[in-house]
Amino acid sequence: MNVLFVLIPLALVVAGGFLAAFIWSVRTGQLDDTDTPAIRMLTDDDGARPPGAPKAPGPRPGE
Amino acid sequence: MARLATDPLARLQAPSANTVAYAPCAHCGKDTPAPAETAQGPVFCCDGCATVARLLAASGLDDLTCRLSDEARPVLPSGRSYAELDTPEYHAAHVRRLADGSLESTVYLGDAHCAACVWLVEAVPRLHPGALETRLDLFRRLATVRWDPQRTTLSAIARVIDTLGYGVRPAKAGSDAALRQADDRRLLVRIAVAGATAGNVMLFAFALYSGALGEMSAAHERYFRWASLLVGVPGTLWPAMVFFRGALGSLRARRVHMDLPVAVAIAVGLVSGVVNTLRGTGEIYFDSLATLTFLLLAGRWATNRRAREAADAAARLLSLTPSQARRLRDDGQVDEVLAEALAAGDRVLVNAGEVIPCDGVVCDGSSAVDNAILTGESVPVDVGPESDVQAGSTNLARPLTVQVTRAGAETRMGRLMADVEALAARKAPMVLLADRWAARFVAAVLGTAVVAGIAWTLSAGATTAVEHVVALLVVTCPCALGLATPLAVNIAIGRAARAGLLIRGGDVLEAAALPRGARGRIYLDKTGTLTAGALRLTHHQSTPELDALVAEAEATTTHPIGRALVGALGTPARATGLVVTTTVGGGLRGTLPDGRDFAVGSPRFVGAVPALDAAALNTALEQLLAAGATPVVARLGEAVGLYGLTDEVRPEARAVLEQLAARGWQPGILSGDDPRVVAAVAQRLGLDPAHCRGALSPEAKAQGVSAARQDGPVIMVGDGVNDAAALAAATVGLAVHGGAEASLLAADAFSARPGLAPLEALVVGAGRTRDAIVRNLRLSSAYNAVGAALAVLGLMSPLMAAVLMPVSSLTVIAASMKARTFQDLGRGGAPAPGPAPQGAPA
Repeated sequence: MNVLFVLIPLALVVAGGFLAAFIWSVRTGQLDDTDTPAIRMLTDDDGARPPGAPKAPGPRPGE
Repeated sequence: MARLATDPLARLQAPSANTVAYAPCAHCGKDTPAPAETAQGPVFCCDGCATVARLLAASGLDDLTCRLSDEARPVLPSGRSYAELDTPEYHAAHVRRLADGSLESTVYLGDAHCAACVWLVEAVPRLHPGALETRLDLFRRLATVRWDPQRTTLSAIARVIDTLGYGVRPAKAGSDAALRQADDRRLLVRIAVAGATAGNVMLFAFALYSGALGEMSAAHERYFRWASLLVGVPGTLWPAMVFFRGALGSLRARRVHMDLPVAVAIAVGLVSGVVNTLRGTGEIYFDSLATLTFLLLAGRWATNRRAREAADAAARLLSLTPSQARRLRDDGQVDEVLAEALAAGDRVLVNAGEVIPCDGVVCDGSSAVDNAILTGESVPVDVGPESDVQAGSTNLARPLTVQVTRAGAETRMGRLMADVEALAARKAPMVLLADRWAARFVAAVLGTAVVAGIAWTLSAGATTAVEHVVALLVVTCPCALGLATPLAVNIAIGRAARAGLLIRGGDVLEAAALPRGARGRIYLDKTGTLTAGALRLTHHQSTPELDALVAEAEATTTHPIGRALVGALGTPARATGLVVTTTVGGGLRGTLPDGRDFAVGSPRFVGAVPALDAAALNTALEQLLAAGATPVVARLGEAVGLYGLTDEVRPEARAVLEQLAARGWQPGILSGDDPRVVAAVAQRLGLDPAHCRGALSPEAKAQGVSAARQDGPVIMVGDGVNDAAALAAATVGLAVHGGAEASLLAADAFSARPGLAPLEALVVGAGRTRDAIVRNLRLSSAYNAVGAALAVLGLMSPLMAAVLMPVSSLTVIAASMKARTFQDLGRGGAPAPGPAPQGAPA
């Protein structure tokens, strides 16, 4: 059980690392907007071209 | 094989008989601007749908749907140049330079409404080489744009966003938005530290509890106790500084605040824990203290977030004030500049439908302006050369050239908004219900501690006595008590917000809930709150020939009186050949082909009337005015006709006012309208005429509210900048639909819905929230009593304290969620009228 004397400080270091990561995310403003990321998840990053991008096909409907 | 969500052809083949059928969007099914008959092929309601539909067709995916909100509407590019975004004034106020040399600014996209919008806006860097990143906060509708100043300008990026269909405006945050955000972030960090500490110290405590039940070597026990101290003390002390500061402030102000008992418990617990660890014996409570700090801070953060959401919503509405002005250069060219950058002597061009950006004098053009934002009156005022106009009013009919006399913060509206902000900042904080309980609570606990301390010292000695007193102070620490109010309030405010009623904070809810037997006053602004805000024809004494001429003449105007007349009289079947000659001065004049003169307008405009009819006309006019209607006279040669237009009161007004009176709120009217009209409305609604006044200036309204506050709390309901000072002066200010930005800054609550439903919802909901708060306070007091009893009897241990706290908190949470505050608001507005409340002890 004497391994506890080593494990506890080690665990605290790991916990401290996570705490630092959280503080970093707060400071860089990642937690300011917690609603839009849920919506942003729905889009694909497959390189689909938005209208007006080079090589966009054809005229835009509605004009 | 790609298939679109709906088959557009099926819908196009069944147009309805009477109305124009618009082609539905081929992707989402909502109406598009294109009429059904002329649409060829699939049409879309917005670029979002068009793009997504093409993607589906191109890549054969048919399980991706565009998540449109209920408010999807056709999005059309405006074609503006956005040159004002490149001006030095804009850059000084809204642009930040980042470390890598790029520039960053936040703009407001009022038309962003769905997930496809997020995708489109964030794809702008792929469309425009100089744009580095565009990030959209969908619910606040703010886009943060980062660009390389060497390769492009903000106006170019804004034009790209505009072609995607989103109008770009500068984001005007409230003046303390940055400060609020910094505070929020700091609080989050404190919560993180408290939470990490709580979790780890609890694990150590588990070890100690298990050791207490079984066997633990002295070395291990000492190790864990020291670990608890080394992690627990700094990890609890730093986050708890919030409470210590609050407690000090409370002591200095000689008013008991909820933070005081919390600070005492944490301080005593930490000190005793350190002493006992150093001594090697005695109980330590680090785990309870850390968990307590974490829970209370989390509750505080949730409360702040709600309040911040409401404040942000109001501040964002500031972004809707037009910031752009069209300045005429001497060579006739037009510059687009920021409204704040205008100088006295500049000339600006204001088109029909635009808001006037400055105070000034008309130098060219004649039109009508809508001053509702400043005066609350729905009747437009005619202006021509030499007329004064004010910033904020809307130009209705024809383009005007205005010479600037005052711009920006110097305008009347600017100064009024500044006054309002000052008044709002000075509002004294309310003594909350929870604070009153805290006072009694502190007294009770300290009293018990002293008595128990003496008793134990006499029977078992000082050491045991200290142990038990510490246990008493820690266990009675008001965790549940501290959560009681925030929980009930947060849930209530959240539900109210979903129903369209935004409330700034819990103190607003408490102020709007009168204890049984108390009396308060509600002041309403007549236009728009009690009345429907639309004119109806209520008096009609005329001939069909005059009717037809009036309808034909008024069909050409955008004046509300004209529209009301046309609506009531109907569009004429045949044109009579009437030629309208003048339209300025309160009416219309014209001539018929047969030479007869025709005039329609206010009695003063129409002027002299044939002698036979004058007496009869005057009597009829007096009757009309006494009934509170606006008179319109029509004259054709010798024939005279009279029309009376009234702004009708809302059908539910009387019932709502009676319900409010039953709860102790006496209604009155403070209005800028004609006193006769106010008196007529008061009489129709059965209000006490002594408290219904008209023709009041904004300052006079504020004075009336302040005077009434001597006798009790005052709720002021209004819209329009002319109510803003009164809203700030009232105990609770409620701004209703159509309110101007200053009104929303000064208000404690604002509603997106018109009418009296929000007022009723606020008062009823506030009463129920107060009941919920009291229930929570009683529940947590019961737990505290049990805990105190156990501590006094010497039966308390850290384990028991660690269990009691979450149990009491969970009970309070469950009770709050079950409370029916604001629950039956739904989409309609007012809750079902319930019985008058049983009342709560003051």
